[in-house]
Amino acid sequence: MTQKDQPQAGDLPTPSVGGEPVVPPGVGGDSTGPDPSAPSLSKADPALVSSADPLAISVEENLPPVTGAGLSAVGKRRVGDRVFAGLAGGASSLIILIVILVAIFLIQKSWHSIGQNKANFFSTNPAWSTSANDLRFGVGGLLWVTVASSLIALIIAVPVAIGIALFITQYAPKRFARPVAQIIDLLAAIPSIIYGIWGYAELSPHLTGVVRALNHIGLGLFDKKFETGTIFNAGIVLAIMILPIVTAISRDVFDRTPRQNVEAAWALGATRWEMIRLAVLPYGRPAVISGSMLGLGRALGETIAVMLVLSTTSNFNFSIFNGGYTFASKIALNVSEFSTPISTGAYIAAGLVLFVLTFVVNAAARWVVNRRKDFA
Amino acid sequence: MTTAIAPPAAPVFGKARGSRKVKNQVATGLVTLAFLVALIPLVWLLWTVISKGWRVIFHASWWSSDQRNITYQDAGGGAYHAIIGTLQQVAICTVISVPIAVLVGIYLVEYGKGRLAKVATFMVDIMTGIPSVVAALFIFALAISTFHMDKSAWLVSLCLVILMVPVIVRTTEEMLKLVPNELREASYALGIVKWKTILKVVLPTALTGLITGVVLGIARVAGETAPLLILGPYAQETNYNPFSGNQAALPTMINEMFLNSNQATGSTGYHLDENGNRVAGAAANFAPDRMWGTALTLIIIVLALNLIARFIGRFNKVAN
Repeated sequence: MTQKDQPQAGDLPTPSVGGEPVVPPGVGGDSTGPDPSAPSLSKADPALVSSADPLAISVEENLPPVTGAGLSAVGKRRVGDRVFAGLAGGASSLIILIVILVAIFLIQKSWHSIGQNKANFFSTNPAWSTSANDLRFGVGGLLWVTVASSLIALIIAVPVAIGIALFITQYAPKRFARPVAQIIDLLAAIPSIIYGIWGYAELSPHLTGVVRALNHIGLGLFDKKFETGTIFNAGIVLAIMILPIVTAISRDVFDRTPRQNVEAAWALGATRWEMIRLAVLPYGRPAVISGSMLGLGRALGETIAVMLVLSTTSNFNFSIFNGGYTFASKIALNVSEFSTPISTGAYIAAGLVLFVLTFVVNAAARWVVNRRKDFA
Repeated sequence: MTTAIAPPAAPVFGKARGSRKVKNQVATGLVTLAFLVALIPLVWLLWTVISKGWRVIFHASWWSSDQRNITYQDAGGGAYHAIIGTLQQVAICTVISVPIAVLVGIYLVEYGKGRLAKVATFMVDIMTGIPSVVAALFIFALAISTFHMDKSAWLVSLCLVILMVPVIVRTTEEMLKLVPNELREASYALGIVKWKTILKVVLPTALTGLITGVVLGIARVAGETAPLLILGPYAQETNYNPFSGNQAALPTMINEMFLNSNQATGSTGYHLDENGNRVAGAAANFAPDRMWGTALTLIIIVLALNLIARFIGRFNKVAN
């Protein structure tokens, strides 16, 4: 992801012969004009060959030198290049279009319902009523459960992930490092619904002891509510699910700690732990932060595992031992109510908030990565 | 690329003593503990699924019959319908995703300089972060709310495309960047044009890496459940046509069995055996066994895909 030393293909030198940019003979500088052998392309998608499109420029710049080829061959080559660049650029435009469409459709389909909503949109009152003449919904409770379970996951997963990444890169003998990393990656390969049924049937019953013990703290967050299927339980399942993501990114960056920093620490007589604190952790901190945020983004949007583990309740409470709904589980549990545009809109509104939430978290993670790239 | 830091070869002058030594040992212990802690859920989960699921899947009928007319109180039946559904849905998704994603990857690495490339990179990042349930809502809003289509398995495939494309774009990008520039320059020096250089030199060099990315993408979407819940209702019988009617898939079959696994049984005091005769005693609930069996089937498929990806990755010309 941050391989700045890798040669970029985009950095290829502009083709030239003897310092002069190559202009294929015959075709002249008329490269952006309509090519007689490619009328269908320019008709089919004029945007692809218009000069305002950055594509046309990049095709020009990266044109390889043409030496000793006949006129017709040159013409064909240019068509081939243009078609290929057009396809690649078209695919990229399609991706952009899809993401924009996601945002547009989520807004457009929920707008009406948000307008008709008789309750405060951000209220924690979770008694959703999606009948057309009495539309009441609020996403406050969903927001709390989603964020609380994801933060619990993060608090548990990040220290463990850092530990594993250090174990793999700094402690384990090199022979074991690879298998160990692959074992952790296995966690990422297991489908989320299987985490869901396992969390419900196996993990939750075994956690009741922990839940009871934590209930004794008894303050606000730790109020006694449920013994199984709590936000806390969902957080633990989510922690297991995001562990491989955070581990992989931390591992990657710890592995690339500048050697001179490490050797300097050794030379000062540092113990292994002191070396890690002096050299490895400071170097890796931004990547660990961004990896954690990517994990957070994943946890916020997780649907089925949370849906199966979390008990549903309509009594909102700030205790992490309460049940409830996350955005995703609320939507997935109420698919049967997607019957009229107005009730569907209420759930799409919840989806929109989730989209914005994950967007912000992921964008922040990328921002941290890119900022580091600038300074590295 | 990954150069592990070598432990100090030369002896350190004077060993760490006292609190420094203790701290170092505590840290070593904690780091090792972190690894062992992570193993617990992995081993526990795999053990649960295997020990509870293996009996069901070791019947030939599991792989060859569906759940037509079989309730949670009936023995027998299999997951054939769900396996077919998952394979078809993932295949449609792959056929759509791979060309788009590889082209985007090529554009970003080989052509990308202008504003379009910057925006596309950003959008791929955003796409990576779109939760599956949001992608499913989008397809619902587009196809069902706007174009009034029926829920259908191929809409699930469309939704999976949104989830799969960014995975493949990322690996394609990584792999193409690893292809040495000398190869491209050598090709240009021979007078080969750019698009042929990409198709005949760059892509073949990175091919194994690309395949690895595709297989990992498939493994990623094969277990997705949220799109199925919203767009592709479960069916008990085999449906070979993903474009019409309900079609089962492994995740929805797990969900269905999960919902049935808490059903009360035996209110009648008797149940029917295979020949339809009344037998005393409450019927068993077969749903939990089937749920774990389906889970094991899904894990086997996904892990096999991952192993294949890793195996292909071994032959990668550029990454090693």
